[in-house]
Amino acid sequence: MELIGERINGMFKDVREAILNRDPEPIKRHAVLQSQGGARYIDVNTGPTVSAEDQPGVMEWLVKLAQEASPLPCCLDSTNPDAIEAGLKVHRGKAMINSTTADQWKMDVYLPMAAKYNAAIIGLAMNDKGVPKDANDRLALAMEIVANADAHGIPMPDLYIDPLVLPVNVAQEHVPEVLETLRQVKLLASPAPRTVVGLSNVSQRCPNRPLLNRTFLVMAQACGLDAAIADVEDGDLVDAAATAHILLNKEIYCDSYLKTFRQR
Amino acid sequence: MAVTIAKERWSSKCLEVALGSGPKQIKVGGETTLPFLHFEGETPNAPVVALEIFDAQPQEWPDFLSSVYEGVLGDPAAWAKKCVEYGADLVALHLSRTHPDQGDASPEDAAAVAADVAAAIDVPLIVLGCGVDEKDAAVLPEVANALAGKNCLLGCASQENYKSIVAGCIAGGHAVIASSPLDINLAKQLNILITEMNLETDRIIIDPSIGGLGYGLEYAYSIIERMRTGALMGDKMLAMPVVLLVGQEAWKTKEAKTPDTPDWGEQRKRAILWEVATATSLIHAGGHIAVVRHPESLKHIKEHIAKMMKPQAY
Repeated sequence: MELIGERINGMFKDVREAILNRDPEPIKRHAVLQSQGGARYIDVNTGPTVSAEDQPGVMEWLVKLAQEASPLPCCLDSTNPDAIEAGLKVHRGKAMINSTTADQWKMDVYLPMAAKYNAAIIGLAMNDKGVPKDANDRLALAMEIVANADAHGIPMPDLYIDPLVLPVNVAQEHVPEVLETLRQVKLLASPAPRTVVGLSNVSQRCPNRPLLNRTFLVMAQACGLDAAIADVEDGDLVDAAATAHILLNKEIYCDSYLKTFRQR
Repeated sequence: MAVTIAKERWSSKCLEVALGSGPKQIKVGGETTLPFLHFEGETPNAPVVALEIFDAQPQEWPDFLSSVYEGVLGDPAAWAKKCVEYGADLVALHLSRTHPDQGDASPEDAAAVAADVAAAIDVPLIVLGCGVDEKDAAVLPEVANALAGKNCLLGCASQENYKSIVAGCIAGGHAVIASSPLDINLAKQLNILITEMNLETDRIIIDPSIGGLGYGLEYAYSIIERMRTGALMGDKMLAMPVVLLVGQEAWKTKEAKTPDTPDWGEQRKRAILWEVATATSLIHAGGHIAVVRHPESLKHIKEHIAKMMKPQAY
């Protein structure tokens, strides 16, 4: 289970202010906390308050700060291809692009970029028509991404299919469809693509968010989930992920498994 | 029709550990594949074989074992030299006389013996305590100090006594044998505890505990095999090389101790084969250092390793 720390995102107030004031400390602090917390990647997102023309510069700044403060690679999170490429240019190690959809024009932009920079890439199982209603439609779009990624020579272990998690309080019927998609994505290619979810989305605007997040994470892990963009500063969530990882026999048990999960 | 050889793609590799110093330094581990699958990955270092010596005259050894060491059995330094002449890659000194029931030799006495042995040979030295946790905790740090800088392998450290032994190894610049009772979870936990004392991961050798052929060998086999696949899949706390304490298991078996009989044939041949079969089986599981007693076993095992290290035609 690879956790991708979600915290360096302009949607959060402290990060938004740090970006506006060009204050490096909150960015570095979140990079360190997430690194210690068990993250494998640090997601970096400029957030919506930064104008499109400023996004590349801010992305570059965020990536450099995150990688100064932690040894981890970044997951470059933006809807702006210029911002993603600006991040890739200064990134050390193997980055992850977040994300393309199954729209052809987007795949034609992002997949060559992933190939050029030898980056992993997240493929959202959706297109301009929106999020599919069931697992089959999600899988059809996932298959289009798989075929396009393969055509660009991207190895399947570098492709992370995201079946799109919606908030349980408005789209409850999607939750089992997401789980079913996770199971079946593994059948689309051999070797199989990986899977990722934007975990916190499941609990948007709900009370008890941490409980919903970690319960859903464990269920998704049992369905074969490989990675999650999540709040890695939530210790209970990481403990649940580590425990599911052990119970699924993904790693050999030892009494200190909560610690070793964070140190991998 | 051409056959496509199936190859596994592993994400990680075994740790490499260097033992000894100077031209006879030995490296073990570092593989990127399962044992001897040369078509699939790298095996930078062949498994090695140590001969085991004692600080006291061994009791109850059959003649065909004690006779090969005639004249040196009471003299550990001379015995160690003899082992090097026989072609041992390393020498393992077993401090049996420190056992409370077998002389209860003091840590200082034991350290003096170890220093004599180390001075007599140029191959790496393994020093094994008597197996009583409290006594080894007192003896091995003293040995570590006496052998400082020689990069020896000291053990065995258990979950009960690892702290003082590991501290000694850190101070003296040695590697440690981390020993667990045929339990992969405890093996992993002990490695974690040891690294928490700031001994580097490439300064640890795992003793998983083994059984001789017919006496639980398959339990050790499957544990060593799981350790290796764990290491290759990225489990850093199981990626250390494995030592096989074969001699002490093989020579206590009924098959090694029973004299010549019409059914079972010659004891000498049978006992040596028992030691060889135990060692080679566990080397195929993923063992790196085999500690044996008879020089003829050493010869057979080394021949086997040399053959297995030849690149495969495909």
